[in-house]
Amino acid sequence: MISSARARNASLQQMTQAALKGEIVPSGLEQGPLDQRSKELRKQCVRCLLGGSRGHVGSTFSLIEILRVLYDDVLKYDPANPSWEERDRFILSKGHGCIALYVLLAEKGFFPDAELDKFCHPDGILGGHPDHVKVPGIEASTGSLGHGLSIGIGRALAGRVRRADWRVFVTLGDGECNEGSIWEGALAAGNHGLENLTVIIDNNKRQSYGSTDEVLDLEPFADKWRAFGFGVHEVDGHDTDALRDAFARLPYEKDRPSALICHTVKGKGIPEAEGNNKWHHIRAIDEAKAQAMIDAIEAY
Amino acid sequence: MRKTCIDMVHELAKQDDRVVFVGSDLGVGTLDEMRWELPDRFFMEGVSEANMIGMCAGLATEGHIVYTNTIATFIVRRAYEQVCLDVGHADLPVRFICNGGGLVYAPLGPTHEAIDDFALMRAIPNMTIFAAADAEEMREFMPQSLDWPHPVYIRLAKGHDPIVTQGLPPFEIGKARPLVEGTDALIITTGITLRIARPALDELRAEGLDVGLLHLPTVKPLDRDAILSRASKNRAVVVVEEHSVIGGLGSAVASLLLEELVSPPSFRMIGIPDQFPDIYGSQADQLARFEITSERVATEVRSLLRRAAA
Repeated sequence: MISSARARNASLQQMTQAALKGEIVPSGLEQGPLDQRSKELRKQCVRCLLGGSRGHVGSTFSLIEILRVLYDDVLKYDPANPSWEERDRFILSKGHGCIALYVLLAEKGFFPDAELDKFCHPDGILGGHPDHVKVPGIEASTGSLGHGLSIGIGRALAGRVRRADWRVFVTLGDGECNEGSIWEGALAAGNHGLENLTVIIDNNKRQSYGSTDEVLDLEPFADKWRAFGFGVHEVDGHDTDALRDAFARLPYEKDRPSALICHTVKGKGIPEAEGNNKWHHIRAIDEAKAQAMIDAIEAY
Repeated sequence: MRKTCIDMVHELAKQDDRVVFVGSDLGVGTLDEMRWELPDRFFMEGVSEANMIGMCAGLATEGHIVYTNTIATFIVRRAYEQVCLDVGHADLPVRFICNGGGLVYAPLGPTHEAIDDFALMRAIPNMTIFAAADAEEMREFMPQSLDWPHPVYIRLAKGHDPIVTQGLPPFEIGKARPLVEGTDALIITTGITLRIARPALDELRAEGLDVGLLHLPTVKPLDRDAILSRASKNRAVVVVEEHSVIGGLGSAVASLLLEELVSPPSFRMIGIPDQFPDIYGSQADQLARFEITSERVATEVRSLLRRAAA
């Protein structure tokens, strides 16, 4: 068990170093291949990308397993009653990864999956950034980075005021952690000791311009969260068993908010997209490009 | 006015358990009684306005009526995106109690002078803007703020401002308050400029000019009917505000009159010109520097009426 954990940590470190050097991470080398469910979710994302002819591919594909495990195994929710009082609150602060969330919400029945084909259409409800006014199951309108954590803190405080059992989960991007407001929020969450708040970081080690260490180095990242008063855990963000285990252990420390740093690969599931900044946001996606993406996912 | 406002937050919180207060490193002792009596609903955050406003949005999303307080410029400038997106777009019941509207913080210079707050807040859909003339107007406003279904920007004046709302009809959010009706010229005020305009009104009427005064404590939504019905009966309209002439009440009234093709022959905005305040001193010093004074109001009205008669 211990040696397995050590091996995984070594693997994560190796992957991190490779990503930090700007190397394109070979798919499936550091992390296992994708199972069919993960592939199908990605194919639904491609459906959405084709619908809008565009989208943030890299940030969407790094998120899939995190959201899959949350919506399959962790969060309490009722698609028939999205504002059910007892539900857990999930906020996707890195709103540009919203296609992954749309696919999960559609699959769970929050809205008809035909909406995926109308991504970014004037008659659709699904935009390039999620809008809680329009989309059932979206808890906060995000897309401008650095907002979701503070909103989540307010909601966690409200849960504490009413002594509720529900929890708040906020997913950040690592690049998003360049924003000062994230660290204002981290200070506040630690100060309030919000045990009912979990911050999940999709740590794909790349942002729009390049690798996060080249643009604005975040390391030592886990230590930063610890220093701000969080209980911290790190996990392979594409390993669904490890993710389930990491969520099952929440909270990581009593009377502290939790931070789960998920080591992921930007663009995971399409070899050409992995760690490739040209795939941060893709335009002019036509049938042929979409089919090529689907073929790549299926062959992964 | 600030004390009335803040004290009433505690009163409202006692009456309604949806009410919470969120401050940002305010003066020691602020709302201590609420802090001890209702500790679950009193939050004193650090010097971190962006986080504070997002937090307010989160609390309001969960059903709370959130009263938050700090210096105006930190709300309208530093945390503008949080105010706009987290609160404005979501149309949440957050009440921004903002210290030092206009030129109150004259001794501290341009960093703290909220000369553009109306303009910035007007541009946010769903936002209501309230600027009280005195503590009495604030006292009337606060209970109505409880169930107002939109965010509200509350501009506070200096404090210990004289009571100048005598003779006005009862306050109602979104409604103008006519003090005197006239047919020669209409003076429009908001916030403390009611105090500035009243002596001018008395002086002009003593001269035999039939001048009216319409006070607008709610800058947004604008009481269009109240303005249009009066402007169309007058030969001149003068708007006086403690704000930049760009984007404030004067701009709002000018746009309205032009859009509706109401044509008082003469129109004037009295406010802060397109510049940062460039002297220290007191609020009164700054108001004098920018000629936001009773004398100027009277002079402009006379001048406009002369021009209209020519």
